[in-house]
Amino acid sequence: MNERDELMMKIQHYDFALKELNLYLDTHPNCRRALALFNKYKKLKSDAEKEFNDLYGPLTPIQNNSANHWHWVSDPWPWERS
Amino acid sequence: MWIYDKKLQYPVNIKNTNPKLAKIIISQLGGPDGELAASLRYLNQRYTMPSDKVKGLLTDIGTEELAHVEMISAIIYQLTKNLTPEQIKESGFDTYFVDHTEGIYPVSASGVPFTASYFGVKGDAITDLTENMAAEQKARTTYDNILRLADDPDVRDPIKFLREREIVHFQRFGEALRIIQDNLNPKNFYACNPSFDKNCGKRR
Repeated sequence: MNERDELMMKIQHYDFALKELNLYLDTHPNCRRALALFNKYKKLKSDAEKEFNDLYGPLTPIQNNSANHWHWVSDPWPWERS
Repeated sequence: MWIYDKKLQYPVNIKNTNPKLAKIIISQLGGPDGELAASLRYLNQRYTMPSDKVKGLLTDIGTEELAHVEMISAIIYQLTKNLTPEQIKESGFDTYFVDHTEGIYPVSASGVPFTASYFGVKGDAITDLTENMAAEQKARTTYDNILRLADDPDVRDPIKFLREREIVHFQRFGEALRIIQDNLNPKNFYACNPSFDKNCGKRR
């Protein structure tokens, strides 16, 4: 696995943790333990996504920071094998 | 993957219920030229597109169409809130009400449930983009027809916004088709399928 894939896998792990906590919190909105975990993973995801964007480009259109190129559309797209 | 934003793309605030109008507008949810068919058309076509720009465009327009599904659903919801049995009977909404009450279900104005046969994925970039240009014009005509039948400014305003988006999408799909064709043999765009044949996307 190359470094891009490794960083991507990290973000996917954080995303999944956040999704699970999201669903749990939907039916347990006052659970402080789940809220603390949600905030923890939110920070991890945000830092990892910033690193990914700096190295390999944006994961959402809004993350496109360049003043001279729209990197958003650049290959590869997620359904393409790396 | 997708993330949901808890907001509409354009506001929908309808003061007066109008189940008769809801029965017409629901075609843009589950009808042949509706927003659900549009979204599925673009999001399914994008996988085999031979251009990163066009993969991006289909992803972004297909995503915007999901926001339009939500706007149409909000319009239907607000037009059919708190109906009395008399209103339901008089408006002709009774044929929908009997199966779905005030729930939002994708059907055409004539009551046909949504079906995937409303859109095409041919696996040929030229064919698919040409379908998309036609689809945007068909949806624009449908919105024009809705505007002929709707008097309420609260309804007309978001419908006019959606109509305008069809025109913008048509323009972008025209540019996408040009991007694909610029990469093909200018003497014969149809010499090969740019989404299927190897080395087809190389200008000769």
